[in-house]
Amino acid sequence: MTDFIRFMDPQPAILSRRDAIVADLVDLLPKDCLIHAPRELVPFETDAFVSYRRVPLAVALPRTTEEVAAVMRYCHKYGVPVVPRGAGTSLSGGAIPQEDAVVLGLSKMSRILDIDFANRTATVQAGVTNLNISEAVSPEGFFYAPDPSSQLACTIGGNIGMNSGGAHCLKYGVTTNNLLGVRMVLVDGTVIELGGKHLDAGGYDLLGLVCGHEGQLGIVTEATVRLIAKPEGARPVLFGFETSEEAGSCVADVIGSGIIPVAIEFMDKPAIEICEAFAKAGYPLDVGALLIVEVEGSEAEMEAMLADIVEIARRHGVKTVRECQSATEAALIWKGRKSAFGATGRISDYICMDGTVPLSQLSYVLKKTSEIIDRFGLRVANVFHAGDGNMHPLILFNANDPDDAARAEQAGNEILKLCVDAGGCLTGEHGVGIEKRDLMTHQYGKVDLDQQMAVRAAFDPGWLLNPSKVFPLEGRPAA
Amino acid sequence: MTDVFHPTTEAEAADLIRAHAEAGRALALFGGNSRSGFGNAVRAEAKLSAAGLSGIVAYNPAEMVITARAGTPVAEIEAALAANGQMMSFEPMDHRPLMGTDGEPTIGGVFAANVSGPRRFVAGAGRDSLLGVRFVNGRGEIVRNGGRVMKNVTGLDLVKLMAGSHGTLGFLTEVTFRVLPVPKATETIVISGLNDAEAAHAMAAAMALSVEVSGAAHLPESVKGRFAGGGLPDGEATVLRLEGLPSSVAVRAEKLGAAMAPFGAVGRLDMATSLSLWRKIRDVLPYADGTKRPIWRVSVAPSAGHQLVAALRLEAGIDAFYDWQGGLVWMRMEADPEAALVRHYIKALGGGHATLMRASEKTRAATPAFEPQPAPVAVLSARVKEKFDPQGIFNPGKMG
Repeated sequence: MTDFIRFMDPQPAILSRRDAIVADLVDLLPKDCLIHAPRELVPFETDAFVSYRRVPLAVALPRTTEEVAAVMRYCHKYGVPVVPRGAGTSLSGGAIPQEDAVVLGLSKMSRILDIDFANRTATVQAGVTNLNISEAVSPEGFFYAPDPSSQLACTIGGNIGMNSGGAHCLKYGVTTNNLLGVRMVLVDGTVIELGGKHLDAGGYDLLGLVCGHEGQLGIVTEATVRLIAKPEGARPVLFGFETSEEAGSCVADVIGSGIIPVAIEFMDKPAIEICEAFAKAGYPLDVGALLIVEVEGSEAEMEAMLADIVEIARRHGVKTVRECQSATEAALIWKGRKSAFGATGRISDYICMDGTVPLSQLSYVLKKTSEIIDRFGLRVANVFHAGDGNMHPLILFNANDPDDAARAEQAGNEILKLCVDAGGCLTGEHGVGIEKRDLMTHQYGKVDLDQQMAVRAAFDPGWLLNPSKVFPLEGRPAA
Repeated sequence: MTDVFHPTTEAEAADLIRAHAEAGRALALFGGNSRSGFGNAVRAEAKLSAAGLSGIVAYNPAEMVITARAGTPVAEIEAALAANGQMMSFEPMDHRPLMGTDGEPTIGGVFAANVSGPRRFVAGAGRDSLLGVRFVNGRGEIVRNGGRVMKNVTGLDLVKLMAGSHGTLGFLTEVTFRVLPVPKATETIVISGLNDAEAAHAMAAAMALSVEVSGAAHLPESVKGRFAGGGLPDGEATVLRLEGLPSSVAVRAEKLGAAMAPFGAVGRLDMATSLSLWRKIRDVLPYADGTKRPIWRVSVAPSAGHQLVAALRLEAGIDAFYDWQGGLVWMRMEADPEAALVRHYIKALGGGHATLMRASEKTRAATPAFEPQPAPVAVLSARVKEKFDPQGIFNPGKMG
């Protein structure tokens, strides 16, 4: 565990009332919906950003919006911080609690409430997993488009919290482009509904604001999302290049040519080796960088697009072009990519960066990234959504060596600053969380952050909701 | 005489706004004035135009991203994009014919009103393409939010909030948005003779196919005559647009045509006819009649659109046509806007919102233009407004 990133100091007045708060919450909720035994709290002390851990005061697992509202009313009345949690897959520490906080877990709210094919919508409780939605509508030929790598586990509530993306959002957009409505509980327990099965807002686009709020504006308990008819066919193709630079400039040219594939994923040599060892996806091991380009549509359409893409790749000296021959092979190619984080985790500790850069800067940023990594004496594996410039350098380090961990964090910070300086941003889909909180001042000026914090205060004037996250602890308005 | 300010720099705009905030003097914000009839009447002592903040700041076609000052004419943006085979995928409507206005629409106005067109139901509205903004808030501070990359979740998304806020939260000075390649081919499948309910079923069936319909509208007999020379066959017309590579569009058109045959007689419109038809649908030309008869723009669930119209027909004189698979209903009222009835049935049919787009001055003064919000949402919206514009100097009354 490292400790560069500060959490808010736990409030002694709340810690000292712990037993009373637990007793009150036990009364508020049905049996088995409150976890408070120290040993049982351990699984909730961190999320997928495992370098930091804090044991919460208690974990509430309500089953209904009304129960969420009851917990919020109570915590609001007594000034107890609340940290919302979906599946705990946040890579930025968005769900890491603090000692004086109640974790509000949505895992028991996992019912699909309504599927409406005529209007192409699904209404689900926030604890439903991303993949569950697509699986539920798949027999009728539909799917839910955003597909984060953790889609097997991550919940739609968490997706809304982070405005999650995924490999296929190059064509279909991220969560905010696919979200039609939410039911949410405000900090004081008030329940509101934003949007619905219709498009656009009748007043201010509060739905757009809530998407990506990182648990700071309220607790989303239900969501209505857009369904899309599945394409007739989809085909991923592997392109192997000698160098990362060649692959990077090929990406920029494909996009610039006017072809929009559904996905363009990038892997450098270390990432290829790690994923291939794990998934046996048939990735070529004699190349320096790999692109997975997926096109979809009718046979004719895929053929035409692929011909154009192959032509562009040739101009960039592509070494290997491999079209998959079957659905099994296609699934394997994606399995390799989507298991990149897990496969990396098997061989080393790592932290995953998430900066986005303009496409024209891809090659430059890749080169600079490896310079930074070399300077810190570390190793990196790059695997990311190249089509939209969303980079994921995985910095490998040894968590048992505090010095190594410290260098990994410092290198990560330098890479993120590099992304911002190249005209991009700190985070494309993982969220700010605690991980990137103290870098916010590198991307935004004081006035910019003050405006965001003012809007936050319109929802949560007392800073009770996920308070250690997103905004640097210094410079916050007085509560 | 009302003062009209035309700042030519962001700093100048910020100074002006700060001075007005300190004096508590309200400002009516506008760009080209082509959409100034939106919303409720504004009570302001002076006017502030973005027209002086004009010009494309950065455009790298290979990145499919463009940055322009808010007062840049839409025509200038469209020309620059067209020269590179690109377009605004959200297909922003030109409101001049419908509203009877004549200013030069600006790109800031497009986003301030979150304008879109027929492709909205699959490709998103202005808010979905908008990546970054610069604006001056009601304290006269210059604020940045978002950026110029497509994936960006850094901090709160004020970009979405600015889109569709009609100049009540801030004075937009610069916008950065995503653009897409112009499809090489466009075709339209026409199904003839369907009533509104049948058309809704047909459009839903079309959207369930993997043919990527990018426009789905229903033009009842009463409005169809207004598409004179549109190449449409006799009777009601349900139109479905396909776009993409020529070979692919041809294949998809065959498939879609075959799937629609059980619903009614199927025809096809070629590219030139299609482009002209969808532009007319986008700009609501059937109701560009030079009158001030009330026009509602209603957004509901696609299956609720025709039910809303059927219910209203029993109680009021209305004419209507549908876009967005039936979920966008354009309604022209005979005389009275019948706001209470319209809003009642929207609620009864599962919710949505109606915006009074056009009406006489007298009607507008008596009819709130925007959908009233449930109390807790209204309270929240008011608090948000206060955080941007504490003195309430931007477009007071417009969205209230």
